[in-house]
Amino acid sequence: MRREAPQRLSDYGPLAFPAIMLTVFFVIPFGTMIAVSFFQRQQGGFYTPAFVFSNYERFLSLFFAHVLGFSLMLAVLVAVCCVCIGVPFTYLMTKMSRRAQIVWMVALLSVLSLSEVIIGFAWSTLLSRTAGITNLLVTLGLMEKAVALSPGFPAVLTAMVYQALPYTILVLYPALVRLDPTLTEAARTLGASPLRAFFTVVVPALRTTILATLIMVFIFALGSYLLPQILGRPQHWTLSVLITDQAIYQSNMPFAAAMAVFLVLVTLGMVALTLFAGRKREEST
Amino acid sequence: MSSFLRRFYFALVGLFLAAPLIVVAGVSVNAKQTLAFPPQGFSLAWYADIFIDTGWRNALFASLTLAILSAALAVAIALPLSWFLWRRIAPWANIFQLLGIAPFTLPPVITALGLLTFWATTGLYGQPWTAVISHAIFFVTLPLVTLSLGFTAIDRSLVEAAATMGADDRTIFRTVVLPLITPYLVSGYAFAFVLSLNEYIVAYMTVGFTMETLPIKIFNALRYGYTPTMASVTVLFVVLAAVIYSLIARFGDLLKLLGANSEEQS
Repeated sequence: MRREAPQRLSDYGPLAFPAIMLTVFFVIPFGTMIAVSFFQRQQGGFYTPAFVFSNYERFLSLFFAHVLGFSLMLAVLVAVCCVCIGVPFTYLMTKMSRRAQIVWMVALLSVLSLSEVIIGFAWSTLLSRTAGITNLLVTLGLMEKAVALSPGFPAVLTAMVYQALPYTILVLYPALVRLDPTLTEAARTLGASPLRAFFTVVVPALRTTILATLIMVFIFALGSYLLPQILGRPQHWTLSVLITDQAIYQSNMPFAAAMAVFLVLVTLGMVALTLFAGRKREEST
Repeated sequence: MSSFLRRFYFALVGLFLAAPLIVVAGVSVNAKQTLAFPPQGFSLAWYADIFIDTGWRNALFASLTLAILSAALAVAIALPLSWFLWRRIAPWANIFQLLGIAPFTLPPVITALGLLTFWATTGLYGQPWTAVISHAIFFVTLPLVTLSLGFTAIDRSLVEAAATMGADDRTIFRTVVLPLITPYLVSGYAFAFVLSLNEYIVAYMTVGFTMETLPIKIFNALRYGYTPTMASVTVLFVVLAAVIYSLIARFGDLLKLLGANSEEQS
């Protein structure tokens, strides 16, 4: 059956339910959030309709500049770490048998679907004094006595890389698995070592894929809302943590909404960059 | 890269991925109520606790109900939408595809906050069923992506043959299309189910004060008193996810779902 344009009104029937659901429960809530970001906050957690910019003006403080700077820096760092580990890993994985790939994918998907709560709990246990990795070192005689490795910046970074690595690999996988194998074969035939072939042939061929992946992992890391809270100190809190905190614990919905709108703008800017990178790739091929 | 180096690298990444889970598994079999590793004594009491302790059992039940219903609703939204986009030429309808993918692409806290303001404004805040709708919208991306993949894989000549023989849209859907996309339907459901089971922020912001799902319960326990039950629940979740993904791999083409060429070609 050829695809054809809808002719009668009843042809649109199947679209009705999805369209209504997505409009009512995504578009309208999104609009509500934007509206609330301009509302006036009242004492006691309530807010009244208004059109004020005071919620946005609060960003212009040194404190929020600091939080924003830290969030962006952390997300960039996570993205860079994940791509550095993920690209060689995914490349080597695509060279394995289909069966081995499936086993790795099941493991990666299982880790990826873990709740942030669970990842936070698991890492805080691993890094704790009573049950942590340092106990193992003590047992092996490498350390005098067990110490707590969290809260702290390294703990936050490690756990966030843990959370984002399976995502990175899944994003890289389609591009790498379809990579023309003759490219590296040619390099090998001409006498390049496998390592050299990887860096001089595979990495340049994937330049735009790597850039797009960096941006996607960056957005993913920007959304992490619990790990900085569980494994970090207050100075390690990111914008996502602060939004949750304002909305739930400080009951300041308008301010939380304003920060969320700001976060959307940052994210959309990044998505635009990704699309731009994708277009450049199409032009170059 | 030599074979040894490659193995070493894979072992290292594997260890990194497994380490926290090994420690948690160790903690979960402690004999006493301590989070000690290596475990002191051995006991499976904390696994039994998930089903015996009322708080944990209720949380497990709430999470399972939420995941079953919201994944079903997500599929119910995604199926007609992806069918329509496959069957009709209506470029403007792609906007709904975009809307279906947006909640998952944006930082989750944004979707969560949007739904929180929405439910609060409509006065429905805290009703358990609002979490079902919220999760369905949040995870509709997954069945949408798997189903779009499934529809592109359908050989249109099959459908054309059925149409030539006089079958109408409804018959074609039931006898040709549905059997072909069932694997994608099931895996879309499974992805949404597993992620809904693990989801914290949207559930917390919509029903966090009236209902405890397992992730919310774990987070509360994290704040107000550790117990090894948290560890046993974590192990249960990891095992559950691994089993479900293995089943997808067993009965479907997992690698194709994740972007590889299909099995026959490679």
